[in-house]
Amino acid sequence: MAVDQSDIEKLAELARLEISPEAASAAAQSISQVLELVGQLQAADTSGVTPMAHPLDAVQRLRADEVTETDQRSSLQAMAPAIEDGLYLVPRVVE
Amino acid sequence: MHTKTIAQLVSGLRSKAFSSVELTRHYLDRINSLDSKYNSFVTVTDDIALAQAEAADQRLAAGDASPLCGIPIAHKDIFCTLGVRTSCGSKMLDNFIAPYDATIVENYQRAGAVMLGKTNMDEFAMGSSNETSYYGPVKNPWNTQCVPGGSSGGSAAAVAALLAPAATASDTGGSIRQPAALCGLTGIKPTYGRVSRWGMIAFASSLDQAGTLTHTAEDAAIMLNAMASFDAKDSTCVDQPLEDYTAPLGDKLDGLTLGIPEEYFGEGLNPQTAERVQAAIKVYESLGAKVKAISLPHTHLAVPAYYVIAPAECSANLSRFDGVRYGYRCAEPKDLADLYKRSRGEAFGDEVKRRILVGTYALSAGYYDAYYNKAQQVRRLIKQDFVEAFKDVDVIVGPTAPNPAFEFGAKGDDPVAMYLEDIYTIATNLAGLPGLSIPCGLVDNKPVGLQLIGNYFAESRLLNAAHQFQLATDFHQQLAPETA
Repeated sequence: MAVDQSDIEKLAELARLEISPEAASAAAQSISQVLELVGQLQAADTSGVTPMAHPLDAVQRLRADEVTETDQRSSLQAMAPAIEDGLYLVPRVVE
Repeated sequence: MHTKTIAQLVSGLRSKAFSSVELTRHYLDRINSLDSKYNSFVTVTDDIALAQAEAADQRLAAGDASPLCGIPIAHKDIFCTLGVRTSCGSKMLDNFIAPYDATIVENYQRAGAVMLGKTNMDEFAMGSSNETSYYGPVKNPWNTQCVPGGSSGGSAAAVAALLAPAATASDTGGSIRQPAALCGLTGIKPTYGRVSRWGMIAFASSLDQAGTLTHTAEDAAIMLNAMASFDAKDSTCVDQPLEDYTAPLGDKLDGLTLGIPEEYFGEGLNPQTAERVQAAIKVYESLGAKVKAISLPHTHLAVPAYYVIAPAECSANLSRFDGVRYGYRCAEPKDLADLYKRSRGEAFGDEVKRRILVGTYALSAGYYDAYYNKAQQVRRLIKQDFVEAFKDVDVIVGPTAPNPAFEFGAKGDDPVAMYLEDIYTIATNLAGLPGLSIPCGLVDNKPVGLQLIGNYFAESRLLNAAHQFQLATDFHQQLAPETA
């Protein structure tokens, strides 16, 4: 299945990726090649096959409900692009 | 010192032929004087290395029994290292100083290993040629016009150029085994869940697994002994008893049955690569192994299934990079959406963007069943092929990569041509099986890799099969030109 530039622009919006019209046009071509490759899956007979999420079919392990992490806010925020009073700063959301 | 294997360096340290500080200085000098030719390191950690080496020398003097005590190694820059930049080959994390150590990094520290630095890689481990790194391509020490393979190209080039005796690496679709093949090394990807993924920056979480690059299978066994552990912090880590991978290295191969999958010798395989692989199978027969033709009938669907599952998981994993908490942030965002979009748009490279977009497509409303669910069903068919095969054979043998190292730019703008370089390695990740690549000769003076695939948790058997081959051949002792 082929995709065009406007499809790529919609996907880029969903993925929160800025993409120029030229890059979207180039991506439409290369992603169409990838989709042609993965289109080969449609020919496989998978009726009755359970989808496989973990190679060993392991299930999510649960741990005891105990506090294991200590507060590391200041060391984790030390690498943030912008913080103030222990909060992460982003452009104003509510006017 | 730099032509010695880890096993030989262990004896040298114990016999006091040299100290860990001397050994570490020697490797740091080599990196600092020679790596401009290869670009295999992103960060060299001289001060940390020397401090760790001094501590190792004290441990050695006190009679420490850990084989890796005092041995310098390099870490792929996908593993978080406390206080040291962990870039994952991306502009996104160029300024990221990790606030904690990956479990495997801790494991090696506990074993007394010395960290020389962090190695270059394809951006977020997405690539088969190391051409997608923000820090520029890595050059293959065998031929600097050619790629080292990827995504663990920096780790492979560093070991092949004798800038480190061993390096850590990670493998989502072949990223340890394919660079091992292209650089003439021994590379092992263990069973999914054998090694902790905690602190290894996630690409495709159901496929990612850490492993090692070394010159010999014996060194791989020593390295894997320290790397493997059960880790409650990785929810997919498997609680399986640990074993000593060096213990079975003396076992003979009499009675071992090798399966040769017909699908791994079809169209697309370089004829000279095929000859080297067939000759290696003859070596195994001379060592007492039996050979049996087998079929893995869904092999042709492995690359298509992978290029749905890996991008889908990548698009979810990489959504955490938002320009808010860490990593790159664009200048003067006009609103929150602009902050997200431009931070990601400016900091991710083309291949990473391509995979995020493909993954977003495969997971989007209306396409989920046709793509993602279908790929997960095909994944089970691929696993079933292996389960059936391992009822009759002990180890599956074939080529690691269809071609020896190719020149920079050779795959042009065609992503599918690049993806097909991993055609023989991807199925192993989809099934979660352990795989290993060892050198089995040269084509045009470039190394060829032989791939061994084992059953779940059969790392010992794989490592011994590789070790017995290396006792009978000298391909693993051949060094890249101008490195010794």
